[in-house]
Amino acid sequence: MKEIVRLENISKCYVKDKYVIRDCSLSVYEGEFLTILGPSGCGKTTVLRMISGLEMVSGGKVFLDGEDVTEIDAVKRPVNTIFQNFALFPHMTIEDNVGYGLKMKKVPKNEIKRRVKEMLDLVQLSGYEKRKPSQLSGGEQQRVAIARGLINKPKVLLLDEPLSSLDLKLKKQMQLELKRLQKKLGITFIYVTHAQDEALTMSDRIIIFKDGKIEQEGKPKEIYHHPNSLFVADFIGDSNILNGTVIKKTEVFTVIRLVNDDYVRIKSKEFELGDKVSIVVRPEDIHIKRKDASNWLEAKVKDVIYNGNFTRVIAIYQNQEIKINTEVDEEYHKGDIIYLDLDENWVTLIRGDNL
Amino acid sequence: MKNWSSKIVIGLVFLFLYLPIIVLIVFSFNDTKLNILFEGFTLKWYGTLAENRTLLEAFKNTLVVAIISTLISTVIGTIGAFGLSRYDFKGKKLINSLIYIPIVMPDIVIGISLLAVYTLMRLSLGMFTLILAHIAFSIPYVLVSVRSTLEGMNPYLEEASSDLGASALQTFFRVTLPTIAPGILSGAMLVFTLSMDDVVVSYFTAGPEAVTLPQYIYSMIKSGISPDVNALFSLMLLVTLIGLTVYSLILFKRRVKV
Repeated sequence: MKEIVRLENISKCYVKDKYVIRDCSLSVYEGEFLTILGPSGCGKTTVLRMISGLEMVSGGKVFLDGEDVTEIDAVKRPVNTIFQNFALFPHMTIEDNVGYGLKMKKVPKNEIKRRVKEMLDLVQLSGYEKRKPSQLSGGEQQRVAIARGLINKPKVLLLDEPLSSLDLKLKKQMQLELKRLQKKLGITFIYVTHAQDEALTMSDRIIIFKDGKIEQEGKPKEIYHHPNSLFVADFIGDSNILNGTVIKKTEVFTVIRLVNDDYVRIKSKEFELGDKVSIVVRPEDIHIKRKDASNWLEAKVKDVIYNGNFTRVIAIYQNQEIKINTEVDEEYHKGDIIYLDLDENWVTLIRGDNL
Repeated sequence: MKNWSSKIVIGLVFLFLYLPIIVLIVFSFNDTKLNILFEGFTLKWYGTLAENRTLLEAFKNTLVVAIISTLISTVIGTIGAFGLSRYDFKGKKLINSLIYIPIVMPDIVIGISLLAVYTLMRLSLGMFTLILAHIAFSIPYVLVSVRSTLEGMNPYLEEASSDLGASALQTFFRVTLPTIAPGILSGAMLVFTLSMDDVVVSYFTAGPEAVTLPQYIYSMIKSGISPDVNALFSLMLLVTLIGLTVYSLILFKRRVKV
């Protein structure tokens, strides 16, 4: 796979010695849909702005398609950005908005007209040429912004939380739309968001960002099922976290003792005897049993919430709320004693300094 | 019942606002020199107006001062607004609060202090000092108006423009200027009006040759205002009305088109 963006140890500080980004390195490959995911204020937008050139790096190097663009500003970099609030030019028609990039490149008028039409067809807005941005709905404005960003055929399209101002239904629709466009055009997308569902739905690869550093990177499935820190586990999806100590190791399994001398067996070889660990388990990876057996955990049902395709059971285990999703067609009631079987294939261990 | 009373109130408000103007127009056609009773229709005041050299000269001076001072103060005020909203420098806060002082300061203080400065610099009073004075008191109004539009502007617009390959100059003329144009225009219109009817500052800074229309009329109060002034104001009103109509027609058309 061809590397299209490479960040080499980039840093950013606005005030001397106060780093927003420190020593961040990252490669993005051609045709990839990469999402940078993180809570607000983690520096993810700053990384995006340093790729677009709207922000210059304080240290390190930026490469675009093999070329060092560290010193080149946004005007000349072959990338385009979709901004959070679309940033359409309010005084121009849709046609002029979309054609703006070509006009700046002094492309002949006929060609601009032809390519604007092409782009508007692509985003399903034909016939909107003469309207003004203020006459369009949020979703339509979003499409115009995308058309405007794509018309220059950028090597990379940068998207800065582009769906955050849309309502839920439109958001879902635009997620699919964006993915469709990206597949169709084969352009590399770098997408910044704090919404984990967007990241999981659209991305080929996710980078989790925290405090200006990369916390974890991987395919959506890997990140979801094998978070390598409590932060990621907590940030992506719902998870239950149980603390314990490794007390036994075999060829395949690790046995962990929990707070009240319960034992859990997990498929893992990473940790040594005596290590303090946190067990991360997703709600759908816990099975509810009616009878006890070894290494199942006794808990009491606190709440049952019917959700259509699954039922969410909230149970109390050792004063801790455990969330369980079950698709089994069985009635649970408040106060029932149940036994929790953690699916040993999907449980993740994370080094913990707790207990 | 309620409808009735509100209609009466609205009628009274409009009467209060427009009655003086109507009286002025009516008296411009009055066949007597005194603005007290209407004694017959005539167009003769429009004729004497055309021959009243001092009055026309004063009117010309007023227009020249207003146009030049509006143009210059709009440019300076706009540049100042950019400086104050886009850049950080030492003393910015101080300047930001100093800007409001000329706006709240009584005209008479501005007039006297400008006169003192002119005397100190040994400038002889005339059109030049008059225009300078008008520019001086106009700048803060333009600046405040443009600055508030600039600060309300979507900060990503300019970034989007440069991201799409526009140079700083192209971004300014194609994106920034059209976006803040309403602020600049309203600032310019405000200071144009302020300059047109200023008496106090002009009184101190104009000198004997550069008499403006408001000053000329003010000086006539003792002997009574001649009816050709009514004629002139009726004409000015007509021009303003035509201007306003064209302006709102353009606005309306734009809205219909989009």
